[in-house]
Amino acid sequence: MRRSPRDSQESHRKISRRALLLTSVQAVLVGTLAFRMRYLQVDQADEFRLLAEENSIKIRLLPPARGLIHDRNGAVVAGNEQNYRITIIKEDAGDTEDVLDRLGRLVPLTEEDRERTLKEAGRTPTLPITVADRLSWEEFSRVAVNAPALPGITTEVGLSRFYPLGPDFAHVLGYVGPVSDYDLSKMTDPDPLMKIPRFQIGKLGVEAKLEADLRGKAGSRRIEVNSTGRVMRELGRKDGDPGANVRITIDHRLQNYVQARLGDESAAAVVVDVRTGDILSINSAPSFDPNLFVRGISGPDYRALTENDHRPLADKSVQGAYPPGSTFKMVTALAALEAGVIGVGDTVYCPGFTKLGNRRFHCWRRGGHGHVNLNESLQQSCDVYYYEVAQRVGIDKIAEMARRLGIGVRFDLPMSAISEGLAPDKNWKRSKYGKEWLVGDTLNSGIGQGYVLASPLQLAVMAARIATGRSVTPRLVRAVDGQDVPLAETPELGLNENILRAVRKGMFDVSNSRRGTAYGSRIVDDTLRMAGKTGTSQVRNITAAERARGVTRNEDLPWERRDHALFVCFAPFDAPRYAVSVVVEHGGGGSTAAAPIARDIVLQALADGLPPLTAYPENQRSRIEAEREKLQLLGPDGPSGGRSRA
Amino acid sequence: MSYLEYNVKTIPTGLRKVLYFNWPLVLLVAAVAAVGFLMLYSVAGGRLEVWAEPQMKRFAVGMTAMLVIGFVPIWFWRNISAVAYLLALLLLVAVEFFGSIGMGAQRWIELGPLRLQPSELMKVALVMLLAAYYDWLDIKKTSHPLWVLIPVLIILTPTVLVLKQPDLGTAILLLAGGGLVMFVAGVSLWYFGTVIALSVALIFAVFESRGTDWQLIEDYQFRRIDTFLDPSSDPLGAGYNITQAQIALGSGGWTGRGFMQGSQSRLNFLPEKHTDFIFTTLAEEFGFVGAVSLLALYVLILVFCVQSALSNRDRFSSLLILGISGTFFLFFMVNMSMVTGLMPVVGVPLPLVSYGGTAMIILLGAFGLVQSAHIHRPR
Repeated sequence: MRRSPRDSQESHRKISRRALLLTSVQAVLVGTLAFRMRYLQVDQADEFRLLAEENSIKIRLLPPARGLIHDRNGAVVAGNEQNYRITIIKEDAGDTEDVLDRLGRLVPLTEEDRERTLKEAGRTPTLPITVADRLSWEEFSRVAVNAPALPGITTEVGLSRFYPLGPDFAHVLGYVGPVSDYDLSKMTDPDPLMKIPRFQIGKLGVEAKLEADLRGKAGSRRIEVNSTGRVMRELGRKDGDPGANVRITIDHRLQNYVQARLGDESAAAVVVDVRTGDILSINSAPSFDPNLFVRGISGPDYRALTENDHRPLADKSVQGAYPPGSTFKMVTALAALEAGVIGVGDTVYCPGFTKLGNRRFHCWRRGGHGHVNLNESLQQSCDVYYYEVAQRVGIDKIAEMARRLGIGVRFDLPMSAISEGLAPDKNWKRSKYGKEWLVGDTLNSGIGQGYVLASPLQLAVMAARIATGRSVTPRLVRAVDGQDVPLAETPELGLNENILRAVRKGMFDVSNSRRGTAYGSRIVDDTLRMAGKTGTSQVRNITAAERARGVTRNEDLPWERRDHALFVCFAPFDAPRYAVSVVVEHGGGGSTAAAPIARDIVLQALADGLPPLTAYPENQRSRIEAEREKLQLLGPDGPSGGRSRA
Repeated sequence: MSYLEYNVKTIPTGLRKVLYFNWPLVLLVAAVAAVGFLMLYSVAGGRLEVWAEPQMKRFAVGMTAMLVIGFVPIWFWRNISAVAYLLALLLLVAVEFFGSIGMGAQRWIELGPLRLQPSELMKVALVMLLAAYYDWLDIKKTSHPLWVLIPVLIILTPTVLVLKQPDLGTAILLLAGGGLVMFVAGVSLWYFGTVIALSVALIFAVFESRGTDWQLIEDYQFRRIDTFLDPSSDPLGAGYNITQAQIALGSGGWTGRGFMQGSQSRLNFLPEKHTDFIFTTLAEEFGFVGAVSLLALYVLILVFCVQSALSNRDRFSSLLILGISGTFFLFFMVNMSMVTGLMPVVGVPLPLVSYGGTAMIILLGAFGLVQSAHIHRPR
């Protein structure tokens, strides 16, 4: 349209005005935008950068290889084996149940596995959860091949604990298992490794006590992931430090032999090297397979262990505390002789009982032993002699001597729930029961009954201390990470050598004199002769009625009411090497149930293998040989370092 | 002055027109496009052939279109503006029936190898028609209700069609672009005041309509508004885009993490990283400095356009340039506001930078119109 110049000018003016107005609005908006960018990119930059890092950079922990445990000769007794397992990350899986269903068609999945996986995955949807482990190679590869069709599923090869000798070391080493909520609740500053699902930590025994050494340090992998969590590249890798290897003092062959020798008895045996205190074997029977616990023990298996009246889960060698019975008589004798209340050659008359007030304390031999001196009292285990000398010396001196010899003292070994035993005295009874100590208590304690308690370990230490006259201290760990653990000092006990010699001679005669209580378990090889002491501790009170009827024989009682059988010994007599204690729960008499086992063990230790039959009395050799055949011992090759499951 | 009064002799002719192009504007446009190539190369993980190369080809086509259009006298474009509008309208209707579905909306028609997005065409055609309308209209009648109703209808017809696709972003751009031309043309401010008041009422009505059977916008649009108002309410769902975009932007800091080092975009945390959200990659890799530099380039383009418009005494040319530059402003403003969380997420690409079908070619064509107006201005 034609427009007048005035109109044109008007139009231009108007447009310019409006354009300027528009431009200023635009300028304001651009300014706002620039400020917004400044706010996001400058003021908030740190926060957002952190968020971006979290978005894309993930740190995955690399579990370190757990330290190995070797026996004293370097054989692996706790190793690591390859473990093929399958993990799932819920976030990547989408429909977890569906993926598990499909997985279940490739490898056997129990209903338990499924439920546990779903529960754990629900708790930590972004972390890999172990669905199944200890798969065979075929199962593992079947899953690996089908992995693309199983979102969120990853196949991994990890290490898992393996105990090649299984039950032999179950009580000493304990076992490892996945970290539990309970474990975490006990830790004040949990290692980040604990967040790795099913990370294995020591639950018991050496595995638990030396956890800090064995665990090692976590490595880490810094990876960049994309929005779907797929790993794009590895940005850095810091390998962890494997755990330190631990070398224990146990000889795995001896350990294996002792376990086999104890067999199905509910028993414990400890072998101590009297010169160093090294524990060469420490067994509790019956035992269990710790590998079951590493894998996660099944309900029925666990029930079978807990319901067994022989208590396979309990470590009787250090946790068990038994009345030491007559094995305590050396303590009473040493206390009395050191105090000078009786001489080595002095005799006490034994009519078969001691009267205290109107109460009778019986000797095990109803007819009595007649006049007995120290040697005869030990040899024949006369109770009345000890009733008498215990009364003379008093309980406090006896308790003191017991502690000097290791009873009532807690030894610091890396094992679980170590019992302190008990060497009772007047103060103890007063503070424990608020009652005064009675003379009757002294009598009972004098023969190792009543309140006195000792663990098999303590009894072995006692035997070692009597054998050497030194304060032998037991040692279980020989070296950690190649660093030798120094031997404890073994100062003289400060006992009169003549007195000690007399007591040792008494013990010698127990198994070498015809009238000795353990004569049947003698060693006939002169270089290997054994000195020992039998013990039989009552687990019940003998009632007057029973006594009137004639004491019921042990064999006629139900198992759980029979006496405990004990035996302590050291050998060779002339130059002691090993001290051994054996406790057979409800085994009957020490001379019949415990002494033969102790002799076999000490000979085994001395011979470093099966001892020649010539060490045994001639008339026993064929029986011993037959018994040996029945034992299932380790082959000559010993355990392999670790093996993978077929 | 109208073109009939031009002293045609003073207008450059033939190839000499090349000398009269607004070259700073051309260079600025090319510079922004180059930033786009760089970013597309980066988000493709250092690969040219994924996005950068096709984009370059499109740019070449667009530049050619710009030159060709620039050579054609502005009065020709004025004369065909009504035709262009009707054609665009026709295509918009056609898209209703034959359009392809992409990202949940009908937006384009396949014409052999060409993928035509009529709504893009409409943005330019609408501005052209409105500029032509106000050039034709007696200035005194500009604010007369009847003469205001006509451009309103011109604007609303395509807007409603686009809304039906549904494409909220383009609808807003059409509405705002058209309104902008009317504003510059001098329509009384009262009308604008009234429209703003009515819009507020309409927004209220939209929210009220939610969940009823007369619901005015789609559920997904409601969700976008929800997540705009509170992105943290659904960080892994609809709010994901916004959250991740802000993380990318923020983590850039002052100078950015360096070219090709943006973890957010390269690791696919960002959605639509090569299209609507490409600005976040730039901001992450080149930081505040890079982001503001791009903003400055855009502002310079605006400045040159406004300068050209104000120095042009042809009413159609002024209105056309202001309309096109205003639409261009709306483009980058809406996109940047969206990724910085100042606005809800609406599908608006970053002009000249985002990877996108015909948008780039059409935008360059529009700049061709600006050049034509510049070259053929009355002297």
